Order: sequence, then C-alpha cells, then structure tokens
Amino acid sequence: MLKILSRLFGLFKKRDNLKIGFYGPPNAGKTSLANLLCMDWTGEEIGTVSEIPHETRQVQFKEKVEIEHKGKKMVLKIVDTPGIATKIDYEDFLGFGIAKQDAKKRAKEATQGIIEAIKWLDDMDAVVIVLDSTENPYSQVNLTIIGNLLARKIPVLVVANKIDLRKANVKKIEAAFPEYSVVGISAKKATNMNDFYDALFKLTKKV
Amino acid sequence: MVKKNFKNLRGPSIHIMPYSEIKELTITERVKKILNLILGNKVVILQGRLRPEEEIRLIEDTMAMVDHIKSFKGIELAVVDANKDESFFLKMRRGIARGLTGESNSLTVIGPASVVKEIKKDPSKMEVFFG
Repeated sequence: MLKILSRLFGLFKKRDNLKIGFYGPPNAGKTSLANLLCMDWTGEEIGTVSEIPHETRQVQFKEKVEIEHKGKKMVLKIVDTPGIATKIDYEDFLGFGIAKQDAKKRAKEATQGIIEAIKWLDDMDAVVIVLDSTENPYSQVNLTIIGNLLARKIPVLVVANKIDLRKANVKKIEAAFPEYSVVGISAKKATNMNDFYDALFKLTKKV
Repeated sequence: MVKKNFKNLRGPSIHIMPYSEIKELTITERVKKILNLILGNKVVILQGRLRPEEEIRLIEDTMAMVDHIKSFKGIELAVVDANKDESFFLKMRRGIARGLTGESNSLTVIGPASVVKEIKKDPSKMEVFFG
C-alpha cells in the first residue's frame, strides 16, 4: 500500500529543483565541474578549487540552477560534496607548503566533511560520480559509493574527468562500470560539455 | 616444552576472519569489531564482503576515529571477487538481494593505513603494500 501511495505521489512530484549530488574521491574535479555548471547558468561559482587534496571540506550547494540545453530546461539544486577517502594524514598536506597547525586543522575538517558527505547520500535524487580518468577506477571508495547508490536506487552518471591529460583512460572507467553512462570530459578546459549535458538530462529522467 | 608468550610479540599481524565470526552481528557490532582489530594494529582478511551500507558505515566510523584518536590515520580497504567474469553491478545486485554477502566468493582486506600503505587492485586481483 505504501509503495502504491509513494508511486502515486511520485507522479505528481515536482520535477524541478532535483538534488544532484557530485560525489567521488578527493581531487577528481567535483568542484571544478560544479563550478563550470554554476558559472554557466548562475554566473557564480560554488566553491574554490585547489591542487591540494580535500580543498572542499563542507557540503556546498547552489539552489535553482536553471539549465537549458537543446531546447529543454530543468532546474537543479547542485550539491558539491567533499571527496570521500578512507584515510586522512595531516602530514600529506605539509608537502604542499601548509604549516603544521593548518595541516592538522585541514585534516580534522576533511574527516568531518567526509562524514557529512556520507550523511547527504540519502538525500540525493540523482548523483554524478566524478572520477579522475588518469587514476585506477577500481578503488574501493568508488565501488563503495556506487554500491550504496545502487542499494538506495539512486540514478548515477559517471563522469571521467581530466581527459585533457595524457594518462587519461576513459575506456578503463567504462570497463569498470559497464552498466552506467560514462562521459569523458575536462572540467578544467570545458571539453565535451555537450555530451555531459545530454547525459545529465537523461539522468534526471530516471528520477 | 617451551611455553611461548604471544603477549610479548609486537607489531602488526593478520587476523583471518571467517564470515561466521560476524554473521550474527548487527551493522554497528560488525563495524566496531573490525575497527577494534584495526586499532590493535591488525590487518583483517574477511571471508566474503560487507554490504554496501556496512562499507560506508565503516568509512564513516573510521573518519570519526581519525578525528578523535591522535595516531590513527584511517584504513586501507579492498575487496576482490573470484567471479571475475561477472560485472561489479551484477555482483552488487546479487549481494544486496542476498543480504548475506559472506556467502560470496569475495575476500576483503582491511588494514590500518599506518601498516597497509596501498592496495592496488584490478577486478580480479589485488596487491597489498605494507609500509
């Protein structure tokens, strides 16, 4: 009975302002991609980017991002999340010239950010998994995130970012996740964004 | 006969965990048991795999501990599955449907990040690097 009611409610659910989460490991380019979207459609960035891992240490979002593509429109709530990792060592930040106290603070904020990102998982309507296409896609963090989205029946789009780099291997990501749409892009150079928007519109239809 | 005193042995060790050891436990108890072993400097090799919600809970609780325990840096975690011809999606779906993922042909390695430096993995094999 509850299922029937939920489906009936779903028919009348407002499709606007769907919550789209950007998830993935640290330094994959989640904020770069979210910034690109937000700049294109709202004129404002969502957050700062850096080569230092765990730059995003709090969930940040932009409401009412109205996207128009090939004559179609949709309004999204973009949710950019801290990169999920299984370990955090403040000493890793020292190599980037960060002072010890600041590195410790960054590590503490990063652990709390990961917990916050995980808590937000249940709240997403759909998720864009952003992966670095120069890295091995079989890391357990990637598999754990996707496994949880699958268990929660949350639609997923996989983005293979950084295709501008020589070591990029989109095919490896496609081979790792053959059941999902994989789009290769470069958020830094805004490459292949047409295909990304095509895939994003398809993703929201699955909600 | 020389009586060995294992309490005097120090350093990391490997704990082989048959799934039966955690089968009857709740998600909280499972994660707690694994993390207690990890804090004891043990690398846990678990028969089977945790469910997705248990894996994410393990990461969540690990982060909470990194935040509170000074010398703890986190964990390395990897799962390898013997059914290499079966996709990740199918394995997961089957695992979720079955609930008892310990019955699968998977093997899970979980170690303290201070001991296990890296786990390199492709779909059917893994290499564990100790530091």
